[in-house]
Amino acid sequence: MTTDTQKHEDSMSTATPTRAPHSDAPTGHTHEERRVGAGLFDPKQLVRSLPDAFRKLDPRVMVKSPVMFVVLVGSVLTTLFSFKDPGDWFGWTISAWLWLTVIFANLAEAVAEGRGKAQADTLRRAKTDTVARRLVGGREEQVPGTRLKIGDLVVCEAGDIIPGDGDVIEGVASVDESAITGESAPVIRESGGDRSAVTGGTKVLSDRIVVRITTEPGATFIDRMINLVEGAARQKTPNEIALNILLASLTIVFLLACATLPPFADYAGTHLTMVVLVALLVCLIPTTIGALLSAIGIAGMDRLVQRNVLAMSGRAVEAAGDVSTLLLDKTGTITLGNRQAAEFVPVHGATEAEVADAAQLSSLADETPEGRSVVVLAKERYGLRERRQGELVGAEWIQFTAQTRMSGVDVDGRKVRKGAAGSVIAWVEERGGTAAGDAETAADRIAEAGGTPLLVAVEDERGARVLGVIHLKDVVKEGMRERFAELRRMGIRTVMITGDNPLTAKAIADEAGVDDFLAEATPEDKMALIKREQAGGKLVAMTGDGTNDAPALAQADVGVAMNTGTSAAKEAGNMVDLDSDPTKLIEIVEIGKQLLITRGALTTFSIANDVAKYFAIIPALFAAVYPGLDKLNIMGLSSPDSAILSAVIFNALIIIVLVPLALKGVRYRPVSADRMLRRNLAVYGLGGLIAPFIGIKIIDLVVSIVPGIG
Amino acid sequence: MSPVLAGVLQLLALMAALALAHIPLGGYMAKVYSSDKHWRVERWIYKGIGADPDTDMRWPAYLRGVLAFSFAGVLFLYLLQRLQGVLPGSLGFAAIDPDQAFNTAVSFVTNTNWQSYYGEQAMGHVVQTAGLAVQNFVSAAVGMAVAVALVRGFARSRTGELGNFWADLVRGVVRVLVPIAAVAAVVLVACGAVQNFSGIHEVGQFMGGSQQWNGGAVASQEAIKELGTNGGGYFNANSAHPFENPTPFTNLFEIFLILLIPFSLTRTFGVMVGSVRQGYAILATMATIWVGFVALMMWTEFAHNGPALDIAGGSMEGKEVRFGVGGSSIFAVSTTLTSTGAVDSFHSSFTGLGGGITMLGMMLGEIAPGGVGSGLYGMLIMAIIAVFIAGLMVGRTPEYLGKKIGTREIKFAACYILVTPALVLAFTAVAMALPTPGNSMTNSGAHGFSEILYAYTSAANNNGSAFAGLNADTQWFNTTLGVAMLLGRFVPMVFVLALAGSLAEQKPVPATAGTLRTEKPLFTGLLVGAILIITGLTYFPALALGPLAEGLAA
Repeated sequence: MTTDTQKHEDSMSTATPTRAPHSDAPTGHTHEERRVGAGLFDPKQLVRSLPDAFRKLDPRVMVKSPVMFVVLVGSVLTTLFSFKDPGDWFGWTISAWLWLTVIFANLAEAVAEGRGKAQADTLRRAKTDTVARRLVGGREEQVPGTRLKIGDLVVCEAGDIIPGDGDVIEGVASVDESAITGESAPVIRESGGDRSAVTGGTKVLSDRIVVRITTEPGATFIDRMINLVEGAARQKTPNEIALNILLASLTIVFLLACATLPPFADYAGTHLTMVVLVALLVCLIPTTIGALLSAIGIAGMDRLVQRNVLAMSGRAVEAAGDVSTLLLDKTGTITLGNRQAAEFVPVHGATEAEVADAAQLSSLADETPEGRSVVVLAKERYGLRERRQGELVGAEWIQFTAQTRMSGVDVDGRKVRKGAAGSVIAWVEERGGTAAGDAETAADRIAEAGGTPLLVAVEDERGARVLGVIHLKDVVKEGMRERFAELRRMGIRTVMITGDNPLTAKAIADEAGVDDFLAEATPEDKMALIKREQAGGKLVAMTGDGTNDAPALAQADVGVAMNTGTSAAKEAGNMVDLDSDPTKLIEIVEIGKQLLITRGALTTFSIANDVAKYFAIIPALFAAVYPGLDKLNIMGLSSPDSAILSAVIFNALIIIVLVPLALKGVRYRPVSADRMLRRNLAVYGLGGLIAPFIGIKIIDLVVSIVPGIG
Repeated sequence: MSPVLAGVLQLLALMAALALAHIPLGGYMAKVYSSDKHWRVERWIYKGIGADPDTDMRWPAYLRGVLAFSFAGVLFLYLLQRLQGVLPGSLGFAAIDPDQAFNTAVSFVTNTNWQSYYGEQAMGHVVQTAGLAVQNFVSAAVGMAVAVALVRGFARSRTGELGNFWADLVRGVVRVLVPIAAVAAVVLVACGAVQNFSGIHEVGQFMGGSQQWNGGAVASQEAIKELGTNGGGYFNANSAHPFENPTPFTNLFEIFLILLIPFSLTRTFGVMVGSVRQGYAILATMATIWVGFVALMMWTEFAHNGPALDIAGGSMEGKEVRFGVGGSSIFAVSTTLTSTGAVDSFHSSFTGLGGGITMLGMMLGEIAPGGVGSGLYGMLIMAIIAVFIAGLMVGRTPEYLGKKIGTREIKFAACYILVTPALVLAFTAVAMALPTPGNSMTNSGAHGFSEILYAYTSAANNNGSAFAGLNADTQWFNTTLGVAMLLGRFVPMVFVLALAGSLAEQKPVPATAGTLRTEKPLFTGLLVGAILIITGLTYFPALALGPLAEGLAA
């Protein structure tokens, strides 16, 4: 590998050496533990959110949900009519349940929002009023953090709260970002490179940095986070808008069906009261999905927040469900951060143990992860105790440098070296030795297999010679193969992005089971790949952290920026992963899908419910004039009043019953679209047809016990 | 052979014939609408009407073509009727009244063919042949053109262009309707249908007294009447009249003609969007509903009890003995599930539930298989709605045939499904609320209500069949039914073409394992369910007070 690609690899690497957020969690199991109670629904939340639910009765708020607005108008109408006829207990009861329907809907939304509120409060605490030390012409002056402008330079020293978002332009510091990430381990922020971004509200723990402010106060990352988790900035997503249009049109259709009924009924010889008509209307319009729609959207964003991912828009979450190509960086996502020694290959006459011994000796001074892995392999495979550098008296340690590209030790008249093939061969030849042909063969073989060969050489009384080759290898994270197979079943193509040469890239791609790879990738290549996929109608998701990733992040349909990345990357992406764990992209896609599935499932359920409600209400309304219609009363409901009431009560209660499902999301498993549809249609389509028959019957049994109804 | 068995055998024969015929015809139509060559006769027509058949039109231009052509048709037909008294070959009939002329003109241009007149007592040869029969061809071709434009919307990408309306219109007539209708007319003549220009004959009746009969170009009009899902009979008795439909074979043949193009268009659709299997899924949806309705109809008509009915072997009131319960049931279902409206038996006389089935068939929007063209586009709209609701359940935003169903698309589809229910329910409600329209009923109670509900259902859905009994030749009904036909035909077309334009602009989304498979039986089942629940439930209260009240009373 040339220095060039190495640099490149570093710049694209999404793993952060400053801390390992979840690199020990390749399959995301720890996230399950992290989101404490995320999937659970606490009934107390309902009570706590009640005041908010009442506040949302404001017609100006309600009108945004056409379905529930109709219910609100209906509730007002039935209440007015009940005032006209105060002795009509039926009118009052229906009115009460209609009001409850509206309140339940508001409650669902309030509960969903309430979960974000707690998080927002924590964030607000971090946003205490700070005093900034602004640099003006080399002098410091104290100004309130809220008066900073873009381009201002501020100084932060140990103990200071950084007053606003910006880039470090001078110095290195360790910063406590727990206010945003919830992670207590400090991170390093330094000028230049990809770790220069600092976030307002985080705390400098050591050293001194100068920060150039990049955002206006009030529009900082933390402000945006507060808005996002609170849902204040929530806009309806395209699919939500489309669904609202369809629901509105169904509402109009049923409004027509009910509004035209009185003349038909009058002709038939029965008079329909306003209360009954409104009850019928409310039962028919898709109130269940209308009530839960916004809660589903908020909960979807919330599920991301619980995984420490901030979506800048709901649109991005929806797009995540549609993603058909995932661009995954090799390092940190598919493979563990670093190459590891996998085997020692001896050449002409040397034994494996000899190679292991020399490799270990020469790597003791090599503090790079690759060097450490040689020592570890020697210990694990060959039982070589790790020697301390101090143990070897008189040893002269040769450090690894970019120039020599070798490390080693001179001890007891023996010189041991380990390093890149070219450097080691040159070293041997300098000392009059000849590099054996089979050393080069072995090195080539390893390179072809996608590994990196390091040569081990020694110079002792027998002269300078190559002992053998260390096979350094990328280690694919556990479980990735299965994960990619799952993605394939979901119809998602995975593309591995790496700075490696095509040979190495192919070997790793094969081992990891990705569908495709992009080798020796430059940011331009990445951009071109995204555009090519998009031209074919595909939606692309990627992660990135460097400034040179920013254009690609902006171009991708789902661009997840790592929180450790530069502010340019964070600006460009439409999501930020606070844990900086690129593996999370897969989870993000699943959350997007789950959001859409939940929406579809509850819509289907809501519409399928109508069948049973007709069978309850139509015979109740007309069996008196057309006795034949009583045959439609297949549920055997006890009286017309109780039938209508039961349908209305069912309609209201089903909202509350489904709130946990709306918040938690429909269970999602990565299977093909076919199997998923079959299962969901059976549960929510067929279930939606049958459930209300049972529910209404049970409510009727209870209601009919009430004196005066049955 | 028992009448039930006879009915089932007729149904099976029909299915076999359609299964055989739809593949070549569907493929042929795909070629017709995709070809870039013009026939010589077509060039003459283009020159005659001054149209350029080679420019691709965006949806507004296509729509302008549809509307301009259709309104010119209405105007021409209106004037022809108003001037009948001074035209030659009018058999001495006078000019038609303005309200009836408006109703009839709209009726034939909208492919409805609702008739508030008695053909043999009002319309002379010129109006019948130069006016009504011509519209039978062109109104059908307009429907096919709009359907093809929608199919192109799915098939094309990154363009807003939907083809050329004039070319689609002319080709539909010249290459599809005229050749098939010509063959069909010969078959009908061979089987005994009338084809002449004879005047009025006084005929002595078997029981004494006399009757007036006239001939006409009946067989040719009959052929296009069924083939173009028009339904306007030469005679008032429509396909129950022996001159129009003489034998059980012609009856079956006419049903075949009704269903031929609508079912074949699913193949055309499949070929044009590049997946025959997608066409099969739509075909299966249509066929499932159609067979289901036929089965229900036969069940209710055969099972109706009562001593007289038992002797007759079913409910024979209003049905021709030569067709029987089976043949009549298949015809009734086929004519109401398409936008035909021809009748070989009288739907008003069917059992209560049977009458309800004919109404429900129309209320579904006539999409199984529906009118020529209109059936396909109506069904595709429902497929979009079904995909939108259930498609989310596979975890992707909805897409159909590689096109995203986004805000714009669902807006047009949602508006489409609003139009006919709004027309049917609003007009029926107003008619019931006003004092005079009810005077046209000839029955009281639920059946009387059914007469009016049926009339508006038939008009707004462009069916044209009548629940015989209602006296529809009043100013109120001529006008309101005319308006319902006009709006029921052209407002949905606006949304279909707008939708087509929006789809054609999109770039296609490639199918993956995560894509909803719309060519699978599961989707067909889903689509059937969505159609029955969404459109069926809209009309449930109205149906309950009409046919259900009547049918369940027994």
